Amino acid sequence: MGVQVRQAMAGLAISLLSAPAMADWTMNMTPGVTAVSNEIFNLHMTILWICVVIGVIVFAVMFWSIFAHRKSRGAKPANFHENTTVEILWTVVPILILVGMAIPATSTLVKMYDTEASDLDIMITGYQWRWRYDYIGEDYGFFSSMSTSWDEIYNRTEKGENYLLEVDNPLVIPAGKKVRFLMTANDVIHSWWVPAFAVKKDTIPGFINEAWTRVDKPGIYRGQCAELCGKDHAFMPIVVKVVPPDEYNDWLEAQKEAAARERELTSKDWSLAELVERGQRVYAAQCVACHGAEGRGNPPIFPALRGNERMLGDLQWHLGVLVNGVRGTAMQAYGDQLSEVDLAAVVTFTRNALGNNQGDMVTPLEVRDFKNAQQ
Amino acid sequence: MGSHAQDHHHGPAKGISRWLFTTNHKDIGSMYLIFSFAMFLIGGAMAMVIRAELFQPGLQIVEPNFFNQMTTMHGLIMVFGAVMPAFVGLANWMLPLMVGAPDMALPRMNNWSFWLLPAAFLMLLSTLFMPGGAPNFGWTFYAPLSTTYGPPSTTFFIFAVHIMGVSSIMGAINVIATILNMRAPGMTLMKMPLFVWTWLITAFLLIAVMPVLAGVVTMMLMDIHFGTSFFDAAGGGDPVLFQHIFWFFGHPEVYIMILPAFGVVSQIIPAFARKPLFGYASMVYAVGAIAILSFLVWAHHMFTVGIPLFGQLFFMYATMLIAVPTGVKVFNWVATMFRGSMTFEAPMLFSVAFVILFTIGGFSGLMLAIAPADFQYHDTYFVVAHFHYVLVPGAIFGIYAAVYYWLPKWTGHMYDEVLAKTHFWMSFVGMNLAFFPMHFLGLAGMPRRIPDYALQFSNFNMISSIGAFMFGLTQLLFLFIVVKCALGGPKAPAKPWEGAEGLEWEVDSPAPYHTFSTPPEIK
Repeated sequence: MGVQVRQAMAGLAISLLSAPAMADWTMNMTPGVTAVSNEIFNLHMTILWICVVIGVIVFAVMFWSIFAHRKSRGAKPANFHENTTVEILWTVVPILILVGMAIPATSTLVKMYDTEASDLDIMITGYQWRWRYDYIGEDYGFFSSMSTSWDEIYNRTEKGENYLLEVDNPLVIPAGKKVRFLMTANDVIHSWWVPAFAVKKDTIPGFINEAWTRVDKPGIYRGQCAELCGKDHAFMPIVVKVVPPDEYNDWLEAQKEAAARERELTSKDWSLAELVERGQRVYAAQCVACHGAEGRGNPPIFPALRGNERMLGDLQWHLGVLVNGVRGTAMQAYGDQLSEVDLAAVVTFTRNALGNNQGDMVTPLEVRDFKNAQQ
Repeated sequence: MGSHAQDHHHGPAKGISRWLFTTNHKDIGSMYLIFSFAMFLIGGAMAMVIRAELFQPGLQIVEPNFFNQMTTMHGLIMVFGAVMPAFVGLANWMLPLMVGAPDMALPRMNNWSFWLLPAAFLMLLSTLFMPGGAPNFGWTFYAPLSTTYGPPSTTFFIFAVHIMGVSSIMGAINVIATILNMRAPGMTLMKMPLFVWTWLITAFLLIAVMPVLAGVVTMMLMDIHFGTSFFDAAGGGDPVLFQHIFWFFGHPEVYIMILPAFGVVSQIIPAFARKPLFGYASMVYAVGAIAILSFLVWAHHMFTVGIPLFGQLFFMYATMLIAVPTGVKVFNWVATMFRGSMTFEAPMLFSVAFVILFTIGGFSGLMLAIAPADFQYHDTYFVVAHFHYVLVPGAIFGIYAAVYYWLPKWTGHMYDEVLAKTHFWMSFVGMNLAFFPMHFLGLAGMPRRIPDYALQFSNFNMISSIGAFMFGLTQLLFLFIVVKCALGGPKAPAKPWEGAEGLEWEVDSPAPYHTFSTPPEIK
């Protein structure tokens, strides 16, 4: 505790000293970079100013009364307590103002709901605690996880510029094209939000939601999960890279080739050391959030892997849990999320690291056989 | 039983049995108020943990899972443990005095509905010490995060919600029975004080929606333990169904927390403006309209879940309509102050701040009602700012105003006005410092319910935390003021406020243990 307090005090000192350096006093909504986000921004400002004007009028009357009609200034109370004309007026006028607000709001909403005629469809799936993007019709998809290190989060190193808002694999979309997002989730409800696009939609397990955007300006846009989704809700950012259409096509081809090369790795002849080395990276990206950097977990919710006798004693069971998940718990089915190489690697890693030293391994080909045998 | 000894027994019982077995509305009212303040301090301590963690970016004090337990328990305790019981306490103390009744209509049930609460909240708080920790899925406990993915303690949380629901329903039945049956002869409905009116309508809301809450947690229980799939798409259920049911309870619930405060302020402003309340009848109709509309707007909490366009439009228009009766109430309060002869003792200070700050919360509520804009506001700190503006200077300031207004009647002593004004100004500054920057954070894009945030949110979070600590500490001053007033102080007359009106001021201060054994005459 003492160390933590000292760290906190040091952190406080640093943040106070460096406050001007990172001074960011953003107070308002971003106008964003799409037609819809601009409309929403204008709607927001219009309503804000209407509220300000009403507020100024009401509070002016009130403050004037507070100033002038106080007993200490010798004010004598009037005795009126109703006035039908005034009461009708301040019921009808607000209704008219509301109608004036509702008309542009309705028109914007209709545009937001028009997901027809898209140039490109992308499936977004929320996982605890990362995103998966699938390019529909392209047979290509990937996971996108936060790339900020835990050392930064736990104040052990300096925080980078895009702290908590950076990922390993950003979503890439072409500029100037209407992109339709189909959204769902694998476990709990998440919400995919990029403020600059004014796209926010809940991703709900078992259901598919729709949203769309068209971004003309290439650039990098950042967002976060907006719906509480468990422990690491704060740590599943969204990064979207908008590139010119040609660059997008090149990127997509290159990615598909790389994915094909990755699939070929399944047939490679792997050694235990190679698998452990690769497994360590997989573990750090996928498993560490629940099972901990040292495999101690957080029983009873997240079991320890270190010295887990059930797991170490039965390799088939171990592989089964990883491939199929455990229903009713946070343990997901990784069979379709990870490549066979990564599945083999992380199984081999957990059996031969984290204080375990089982000496056995499973190859990617054995994983493939295991998965085929289930079908 | 009916022995003569009991007929002549006018004072309270001695010792602990006075509090355990009491059926006296004043004793029960005091217990409700003390209980709710204890819960307010516990829930407030959790808020301090939250704000300490958010003081600067990075994880310093607590782990994310514990942070989620804090936000969840803070919300549950403040809503169900602090605000609602405080208003029931005020109702217990004041409704019989205001309608000229000797006690609540159902005194033994009254005792039970209070004593259920400590049981429920002990159970809820005990989850903090269970393996896996307390509920960590937010006070809205959305499925499947709270069902399939909830901690083992979720079952205890469900049972606690059931018990507090039973308590609320019994309290509401008691309020309705008292108001409808026990008014002094001559007190017609449209002569009732507004605090009585607002509580009558609140009680109907409670009876309508607490069973819905009980239903939704029971469905959770079935999903967790009995293999049903109400909220699990894999079994044919629907996670969004949970949200529809929850918010059908949840939206009227927010009015349950604010309508009695409307009533309090409608008593206090005329008293300190020395002028009758402007538009009494329209105040009553406005509260009724708000109550009815509150059942038709629940999906405005769900604009981003993917409800159809027509649904979005219906719930947007219905929600915007609430601004009309709410506006009427604000205009009426201002018109009451206009050309009055005002003084600004603590109850009036809290009431005036209520009108100003609740109106600001109302404006942000109107902004949130605009469905397209809500896609940017939803689940950000803008929402956190909005509901804290309606709940802290709304419900909480309303309760403080009520306590200062009626404290002389309860204790027989005047409270220390200087300290009370200090309490007001520190609370006012602290509260605005804590919650106003949250509007900026939300608009700039900070999601709610996160233990750590990107660097551009640092400055306003630090200011907000400083304000929160100031507000939190100030509430200990309130405890001191009330204890000081209970123990002694200048003797309060039967009617300590020059402009106050109502039957409660016709009995002595402190109010005798039994009042209005014969009904008063209404002129």
